[in-house]
Amino acid sequence: MSITLARRRVIPGFGLTMGFTLLYMGLIFLVPVGAFLLYTTTMSWDTFWHAVTQRQVVASYKLSFGGSLIAATINLFFGALLAWVLVRYRFPGKRLIDALVDLPFALPTAVAGIALVTLYASTGWVGQYLELFGVRVAYTQLGVVVALTYIGLPFVVRTVQPVLEDLEAEWEEASASLGADRFTTIRRVIFPALFPALLTGYALAFARALGEYGSVVFISGNLPFRTEITPLLIVAKAEQYDYHGAAAIGTVMLVVAFAMLLVINGLQWWTSRRHG
Amino acid sequence: MNTSNQAASEVDRADTPTASDNDALAKRWRRATEEPAWLKVTLITVALAFVALFLVLPLSVVLFGAFERGIATWLEAIRDPDALSAIRLTLLIVAIVVPLNTLFGIAAAWAIAKFEFRGKPILISLIDMPFAISPVVVGLIFVILFGSQGWLGPWLAAHDLRIIFAVPGIVIVIAFGTLPFIARELIPLMQQQGKEEEEASLTLGASGFKTFWHVTLPNIKWGLIYGIILCNARAMGEFGAVAVVSGRIRGETNTVPLHIEVLYNEYMFTAAFAVSSLLTGLALVTIAIKSVVEWQDERRQRRAAA
Repeated sequence: MSITLARRRVIPGFGLTMGFTLLYMGLIFLVPVGAFLLYTTTMSWDTFWHAVTQRQVVASYKLSFGGSLIAATINLFFGALLAWVLVRYRFPGKRLIDALVDLPFALPTAVAGIALVTLYASTGWVGQYLELFGVRVAYTQLGVVVALTYIGLPFVVRTVQPVLEDLEAEWEEASASLGADRFTTIRRVIFPALFPALLTGYALAFARALGEYGSVVFISGNLPFRTEITPLLIVAKAEQYDYHGAAAIGTVMLVVAFAMLLVINGLQWWTSRRHG
Repeated sequence: MNTSNQAASEVDRADTPTASDNDALAKRWRRATEEPAWLKVTLITVALAFVALFLVLPLSVVLFGAFERGIATWLEAIRDPDALSAIRLTLLIVAIVVPLNTLFGIAAAWAIAKFEFRGKPILISLIDMPFAISPVVVGLIFVILFGSQGWLGPWLAAHDLRIIFAVPGIVIVIAFGTLPFIARELIPLMQQQGKEEEEASLTLGASGFKTFWHVTLPNIKWGLIYGIILCNARAMGEFGAVAVVSGRIRGETNTVPLHIEVLYNEYMFTAAFAVSSLLTGLALVTIAIKSVVEWQDERRQRRAAA
């Protein structure tokens, strides 16, 4: 006890750094978020309910949630595959590809947006070949899924990769020497070890996709009831000075985001407990 | 490979050893601990195809679109007065936001890594919060607070202050959106390094600031540099939040990403890609620096292990 007290006194600056941290966070986002939620509570329940259940808004929830789920699922499979290949196999250009995985994280979403729509337009490098098979991506719901897949790509890879790197070879060898074939070892030993990380990456990719705006609005074409995502409706309502409508939908998104944050924190705690 | 052979030969020793048995066992062991070659090749090919489709092609289409009509056209797009004013505004914004978020990142990491206090996990989660909020909602929050029809709108108008559709609003939403980046780099790094070195320095009589400058800073240098570069790239590229608060006034409140959107919507594709190539270059530098940081980290760990 006395030792910890003495130690506490050695390093200075707790008051200063903690004070600045809380002041800055308070000014930049805690107070504004609080005030925003307060603003929503000044609305009557009817106004709020009407704003968040309009047909056009409900259609956008379906697309935003559905598209984000599909995109996160695609990322779950390909992200796990990419992490596996990057950790376990050797091939030329591996380091470069490993670095490129972070691109969706570093490239501005507006740039990604115009790049994707140019690629997948019916005259684009990819779109023209898909057109031959009758598949249209640009200005369809499929385009939304493509953009959301792009934006969520780093998350599963980057959560699974470190867990896979730390996985002891002994486990797999023990499984093999007990007579399991490779498929059984993957299914019964490797997959359970990766499971919390996979789920965390999935939740992160899903949460990111839900709120995404820049990379989607170019490729989606923003057709009412068909390819409008929820964030787009918020922008549209804010631009028309419909602050009540925008704030109501924004509150729904904020609450979902907080819920996702709780889920992700829980999953990360689970992952670290398993692999601490 | 080595260990599996050893293990195989140990298994072998228990039975009656013959050369062909040995081979067969090694083969069986490999089958049980590794994927067959054809499967490896297939998995690598599928992974590479996914990377090509989602990462390499979008990158290539930007660079191709930017330089398709030659350097002169590219330069013309960059030198356009609207583009230059967007670049100037974006540089001004990051000159304000990045130092503030750097200071915040260092302060938060110092408080969290060097001290024990109640509610630490909650503080760490709170720092992550801006990450979870849609950029569009971030913009909306400040429009509701400071917009002409927002809560503080009438008061601001009476005092002739403008935040929304002006530079201060853009600065605040970008500071909000990029707040976690440097702190998130530094917190795990400083937690992992502990506080023994600082305690030694302080016990020997160095001041707190001197200790930070000569002991802590060299240790976190690379993580800090990556955090700053990433924060800078994200600040320059922030789109959704800025789209809501900027009002897109040409030459006044158009940042680089908004200028790209304007060019694209006016069908000036080459110019849009030319301006995009600037931010793309920045993104590539960012991920290159991340690789350098990781490489340094690996080297340090290897040295520590040796």
